[in-house]
Amino acid sequence: MTYIVKPRLHHPKLPTNALGYTHRDYEGSVSTLCAGCGHDSISAAIIQACFELSLPPHRIAKLSGIGCSSKTPTYFLGQSHGFNSVHGRMPSVLTGANLANRDLIYLGVSGDGDSASIGLGQFAHCIRRGVDMVYIVENNGVYGLTKGQFSATADKGSSAKRGAVNSDSPIDLVAMALQLGASYVARSFSGDKAQLVPLIKAAIQHKGAAFIDVVSPCVAFNNHPGSTKSFDYVRDHNEAVNQLDYMVERDAIVADYAPGTVETVMQHDGSMLRLRKLALDYDPHERISALTYLQQRQAAGEVVTGLLFVEADHGDMHGYLDTVDSPLNTLGEAELCPGPDLLERYNAAHR
Amino acid sequence: MHPTDISNPDYFHKVVDCQWACPAHTPVPEYIRLIADRRFGDAWAINWESNVFPGILGRTCDRPCEPACRRGRVEKEPVAICRLKRVAADNKGDISRYLPAIPTQKNGKRIALVGAGPASLTVARDLMPLGYHCVMFDGDSKGGGMMRSQIPRFRLPETVTDEEVDIIVDMGVETRFGPGGYVDSLKSLLAEGWDAVFVGSGAPRGREIEIPGRQEAGAHIHIGIDWLSSVSFGHVDKIGRRVIVLGGGNTAMDCCRSSRRLGGEEVTVVVRSGFEEMKASAWEKEDAQHEGIPILNFLVPVEFTHDSGKLTGVLFEKVKAEYDEKGRRNLVPTGEPHTHVPCDDVLVAIGQENSFPWIERDIGIEFDRWGMPKVDPKTMQASLPHVFFGGDSAFGPKNIIWAVAHGHDAAISIDKFCHGEDVAERPAPGVTLVSQKMGIHEWSYDNDISNDLRYKVPLRDLKVALKDIRTEVELGYDDKLAFLEAERCLNCDIQTVFAGPLCIECDACVDICPMDCITFTDNGAEAELRTRLSAPATDFEQDLYIGDSLKTGRIMVKDEDVCLHCGLCAERCPTGAWDMSKFLINITQAGTACRSR
Repeated sequence: MTYIVKPRLHHPKLPTNALGYTHRDYEGSVSTLCAGCGHDSISAAIIQACFELSLPPHRIAKLSGIGCSSKTPTYFLGQSHGFNSVHGRMPSVLTGANLANRDLIYLGVSGDGDSASIGLGQFAHCIRRGVDMVYIVENNGVYGLTKGQFSATADKGSSAKRGAVNSDSPIDLVAMALQLGASYVARSFSGDKAQLVPLIKAAIQHKGAAFIDVVSPCVAFNNHPGSTKSFDYVRDHNEAVNQLDYMVERDAIVADYAPGTVETVMQHDGSMLRLRKLALDYDPHERISALTYLQQRQAAGEVVTGLLFVEADHGDMHGYLDTVDSPLNTLGEAELCPGPDLLERYNAAHR
Repeated sequence: MHPTDISNPDYFHKVVDCQWACPAHTPVPEYIRLIADRRFGDAWAINWESNVFPGILGRTCDRPCEPACRRGRVEKEPVAICRLKRVAADNKGDISRYLPAIPTQKNGKRIALVGAGPASLTVARDLMPLGYHCVMFDGDSKGGGMMRSQIPRFRLPETVTDEEVDIIVDMGVETRFGPGGYVDSLKSLLAEGWDAVFVGSGAPRGREIEIPGRQEAGAHIHIGIDWLSSVSFGHVDKIGRRVIVLGGGNTAMDCCRSSRRLGGEEVTVVVRSGFEEMKASAWEKEDAQHEGIPILNFLVPVEFTHDSGKLTGVLFEKVKAEYDEKGRRNLVPTGEPHTHVPCDDVLVAIGQENSFPWIERDIGIEFDRWGMPKVDPKTMQASLPHVFFGGDSAFGPKNIIWAVAHGHDAAISIDKFCHGEDVAERPAPGVTLVSQKMGIHEWSYDNDISNDLRYKVPLRDLKVALKDIRTEVELGYDDKLAFLEAERCLNCDIQTVFAGPLCIECDACVDICPMDCITFTDNGAEAELRTRLSAPATDFEQDLYIGDSLKTGRIMVKDEDVCLHCGLCAERCPTGAWDMSKFLINITQAGTACRSR
């Protein structure tokens, strides 16, 4: 790890966002991960996304479990709320936090071990409940902190650094998220910020469960020939179905693309997504055909990336449960103790 | 763009902005690190080798390095390079072990040096260790030239001048100082059969002012540099109570501050231009104002008023600056009534001129139409092959550090000339580039960036300072301040060296760089490429470092402009594609290394 603090000095002409912050203001402390770790690029992408959206840092809550990936919230958004939970239990804590205070932006950061092994059940239920959050899995296919054993997302037939071949079938978290009802599903690559940053921005603006699987090479244990999660493998087999441009203004739509190759999707808050189609036959609004497409391409050895599925008016947990509109900490005595008359009526309704 | 050729010494030399800007190319970051390490003698030696007068320049240099300093581009002010140099000189201790041996067996070549200023002294310093017999001529009784005669003692104590001049003279230079050393004819000097003659006679004439009253009131109107020299040699020790200094250069600042110490209670500087356009260095103006000297601007002197020959004041016309369509400035009268400023003495410091009445025009030395000798700017050679010029006498008034640079160049030429070699063929610099990696995250230099702002040099109490013209005003940094100021240096000579074939394009360097210097992108033409980097790269003076051989076919672009040389790119690089390497460039000086045979 780096011993010195990242210098406070910054580029004199650094752009500022609507709040007057530079992207440096969204940083955390210097990473203690291995040099070159893909996770650090994901942290940088989150920083860039939050900067570009001009999010007030104190309105964001970042939650994580255990593992290399789950250490990363320390390295971004140093001014935001954070919760480092028990291994695999981030989804429950996030769900609880979201129920208590629905006004914050929830960013769940997890890894392939944290979400696909010990926390698989938590992951599944959090997605199917439609919790309004961004759930990012930093997926490197190995247990980095324990020296590189295969994780549950490692592809069958891929090999470890010392040559052992993985004989178990992989868990595809994207397919699971699609099947469990996530309303925003994407996959990206830590080495491609041009793709990743807009996907994170759109996920943050999305209301409902947004899931992003980010393939993130482990430079120490999984960046060798035979790995399917190395820089070289992902670059060689990356099949992006579309390129997302995130836009706030409708006016910003530029019509210089061939007809049928650009699609504009309005989010619930009125913000606009522009999707440039790269695979012309891919429809990101069809859950079932998306699953089929993914499995076909995956069988061919490709890593399908891009915005894989989006459903703008899906709703979220608060809508399903018909919860109170304001965060619980803003409720006063009048709302919390509405009096004996109301209690009597409520009880009567159940008799 | 093409990949950067880092084997060209100029590329990394330019990144060390201070060293590149210094006419003598002193390795600044190298000696600043030594100061931080309390190795003052070693720091002094680096300076002495390259700029010859560390103690003098550490107090008086025009510091072209400081405006160039990268620190000034990433925060408010540059590193106080000049005053750190003084720290090295003040604390150097015994320096005898750094001095070169002087051969007792001479090489039989006799060199005449006209003038004993910084240029001639540098030539002697470079040639004496090679076995030359150098003879130095000067009309003053001691060596040093304008460093001794024109720079006031409160800025530069005479002991410092003595010491640094003596180091050179004690190498065995034969001196002909005093009235007998004044050269009044180059023709007769050449007739003495020297192997080479170096002219470092300076720009000794102060510019005159021709306005009414100049003659009549002349007794109390003095030419600035002549007056300073008289003060320096003790011929003048007082001045009137009210003094006007005409002119806005550094000489004017020395005149007004000297006046304050010789009885001038109301000293005023008056300049024709605006305050901002004055030629004086910003810090010299600041020093003058600190001593209670007002600077009046946009006033053109039109008449010296006098009462039957006794100066009573100066009449000024008020002007304003107007710019024509080509952006040239004209000073035009405002039409307001003239201003009269009463005074007892006037010092005229409106410029210096060269003067060569002692060089006959028929001896083969060509002059241009401005009366300046034709001198090759690289070799310092005149049209008469065995005559060389340097310092102010070569290209007009500049400053000490330029004179030193000229001296080094002239010494190389003289040495090559005396060995029958082509002087136009210049020696390449000595360059080393060595990795500074000591461990996984350890470097041989302190890469932690100091957030401190520039430290002010402590000054002597004004009341005490103004009492005696020989009392040095600046006290210099003490140990602690020197360390803290040295820590502000960004170590620009520790270069970020990129090896494309090792890079796996993981973006770790891009993500960690505190200055957003690094971008991986598709190649393009420079102007267009600069528009799509991580952060704006609008300074075309600062190079883009281009690295190729990447697997994706993209290029690595690093904007050198505001790089802190903190080494975080190299620390976060998993494959060692980035390395921090110390680039040391030593400009070759006269000697066997610069000869081709």
